[in-house]
Amino acid sequence: MPRYPAPPNAPAKVRVVTLRIDGQDIGAREDESVLDVAAEHDIRIPTLCYLDGLSTWGGCRMCMVEIAGSPKLLPACSTQVAEGMEITTNSDKLKNYRRMILELLFAERNHVCSVCVSNGHCDLQDLAVECGMDFVRVPYRNAPYEIDSSHDLFRVDHNRCVLCTRCVRVCDEIEGAHTWDIMGRGVECQVITDLNTPWGESDSCTGCGKCVQVCPTGALVKKGTAAGEMEKRDDFLPYLTQMRGNR
Amino acid sequence: MSASTKITMATAWLDGCSGCHMSFLDLDERLITLAEKVDIVYSPIVDTKELPEGVDVGILEGAVSNEEDLEKAKLFRSRCKYLISLGDCAVTGNVPTMRNTFDLDEVYDRAFVENVQCQPQRPTEEVPPLLETVRPIHHVVPVDLVVQGCPPSADTIWYVLTELMAGRTPCPTEVTRFGA
Ligand code: SF4
Ligand code: SF4
Repeated sequence: MPRYPAPPNAPAKVRVVTLRIDGQDIGAREDESVLDVAAEHDIRIPTLCYLDGLSTWGGCRMCMVEIAGSPKLLPACSTQVAEGMEITTNSDKLKNYRRMILELLFAERNHVCSVCVSNGHCDLQDLAVECGMDFVRVPYRNAPYEIDSSHDLFRVDHNRCVLCTRCVRVCDEIEGAHTWDIMGRGVECQVITDLNTPWGESDSCTGCGKCVQVCPTGALVKKGTAAGEMEKRDDFLPYLTQMRGNR
Repeated sequence: MSASTKITMATAWLDGCSGCHMSFLDLDERLITLAEKVDIVYSPIVDTKELPEGVDVGILEGAVSNEEDLEKAKLFRSRCKYLISLGDCAVTGNVPTMRNTFDLDEVYDRAFVENVQCQPQRPTEEVPPLLETVRPIHHVVPVDLVVQGCPPSADTIWYVLTELMAGRTPCPTEVTRFGA
C-alpha cells in the first residue's frame, strides 16, 4: 500500500488516553488538562485564578488534586492528562487544604464582605460557601493596604486583591496593553499599573475595563458602585479568544 | 411545659450594631413559639442584670474590641454550655476590624479629639479601654457554632434555633454566608 506523506500544516496527531476521575472511567485527548476533562464530565473542581480564555497560571492552588503514584498534590488546571491516571478531586485531605487556602486568603488582607461593593457577586465569597469555610482559624494580619481611585472610571482596592493575576493576563493577552503587573515578593506582592504609577496616570491603560470584569473579587471595581452593586461579566473572554483563532 | 424544663438562653451584644438582635426580634410571631420552649434569662431585651450560671445556650453578637467585650466573652464561655457566634462581627470581626490597620492612638484621637468640638479629650472613666486589635469571638474563647451574615436573617436564626431544639447540629453555611 502506498504511503502518502502527511500534508504540510496538518495538525499533529493527538492520541486519546483513558483515565479515571473519582472512580469514573473517562476517555480524553492527551493534550487536555485534568481540569478541562473533569469539567467536560461535570466533575466540579474549585478554581480561583483559572479563567477560560486566559493562559493558565496555576497560582491559587484551589484546584489541587490527588493523582495515584504521585507523592505531591497537583494543580488540575496545569496538569495534562495521561494514560492510566487515577485522579481524586475531593478527598478529605483536599477539602482540608482548600479550606486552609481560603482561610489564609481571608486572613492576609482585609475582606469586609458586608461593606464590599462585590458582596454577593464575589468568587472568593462563593468559594468560601462551596468549601464550607465558615470561620478563619489563623490570626488576621490586619496590614494596611492602599486604595487607588486615581482612574476616571475604575478603582483598585488592594485590601481585596487575592493576587490571582487575572488582570495582568487579560490586559497583556487580550487587550495587549500590559498595564498591570506584579511587584514585590511574598507577602509584599502587589498588583501595579505601569511602573507603579497611580492607575489614573498610566500611559498604557486604554480604559477598556477588561481587568475589572475578570477580577474575581472587589479589588478592581467600577467607580460609583455601592456595597453589593458591583456585578461582573467575564463571559466575553472565551468568545474573544475563539474569534482570534486561539492566538 | 413547666418553667423548670425550659431551655435557658442568654444573649449579649459586644462590638456590633445591634442588627443581629434586631434580626432576632424579626422572628415576629415565631418569638411566641420560642417563648413556649425557651427562657431568655439574660439579654439586652430582658431586665436581668447578671448572667446566671449554667445557661444552656449563649448567643454573642459583635466583635471583641474592648476590655469589657473580652470579659463578657469569657463569662459567656464559662457560664454557657453551648456558645454561638451570631453574625459577621462575631465571626470575622467585620466592620469593627476596620480600625485594626490604624494605630490605637490615631483611633482614639479620631473619635474623641479630631471630630469633637466641645471639650475634646480621651475618656478616662466609664468607657472601657479599647484593645489593641479587634478580634472575632473564637479568637479569644472557643465557640460551638458560628452563624455568618450581616445580619443573619430571621429565617437563618430560626433555622439554627429550631435545629438545636430538635437536638440536631445546624449547618448555617447552607443558609447564610459572609456578608449575607
Ligand atoms: S472581595 Fe469578596 S470576599 Fe473580599 S470582602 Fe469583597 S465580597 Fe468579601
Ligand atoms: S486585582 Fe483582582 S484580578 Fe488582579 S490580581 Fe488582584 S484579585 Fe486578581
